[in-house]
Amino acid sequence: MTFATPTLRLSADQYRRIVAQCYDGLPDEACGLLAGPLDGLEPTGEVREIYPCRNADASARTYTVDPSDLLRSLRDAERNGHELIGVWHSHTHTDAYPSQTDVRTAPDPGWIYVLVSFKHPDPVFRAYRIRDGVIAEVAVDLAD
Amino acid sequence: MPVEVRLPTLLRTHTDGTASVAVDGATVGEVFQALVTKYPGLGGQLVDESGALHKFVNVYCNDDDIRYLDQLDTKVADGDVLSILPAVAGG
Repeated sequence: MTFATPTLRLSADQYRRIVAQCYDGLPDEACGLLAGPLDGLEPTGEVREIYPCRNADASARTYTVDPSDLLRSLRDAERNGHELIGVWHSHTHTDAYPSQTDVRTAPDPGWIYVLVSFKHPDPVFRAYRIRDGVIAEVAVDLAD
Repeated sequence: MPVEVRLPTLLRTHTDGTASVAVDGATVGEVFQALVTKYPGLGGQLVDESGALHKFVNVYCNDDDIRYLDQLDTKVADGDVLSILPAVAGG
């Protein structure tokens, strides 16, 4: 770890919904947005709401969060006093680790990037921050 | 005509942490110019070298994506809300 990272804290139900949405997206990559509170400009790591979004690329290799889903998610987060704090997407055949494309296109160094991999029989769920091309894993804490 | 511009966390490092800024302008392009005058660090973040909306930025006027309106020439009115968001994509 090369810079401080928060712990991603989400409920078991949010976790299941994210993994299920990624399954539903197969054979394409699936994606969605995380919302929660900030401490200054940094997410605390607490997830208050999740927003499954359409992959505008409809691709097994890339994703783009559908711009209208992005706006819908932002507006709902704003209404509830939250901020968008991260994004999840699936890797259908590769590890739960940011690809070179993920690192190059990571929009916000404060965001938390969740990867769900289907490379192995059981899905693998990991979280990261990506800052100046450096990847740091974020601990994941599930609560009931 | 003040327009409210809502900024993503990514750009708030250039606005002293401010999430929402009221600036004047009759079009999105004019609002952006006023915004950059107020916060010079935003220069180059919104508009590319050719003067077009940056490829990796989404801008919504209220609930409409300005790419499907008149882009930077999209007219804005008093009380409109411009929301700026980074494109969220990867592989």
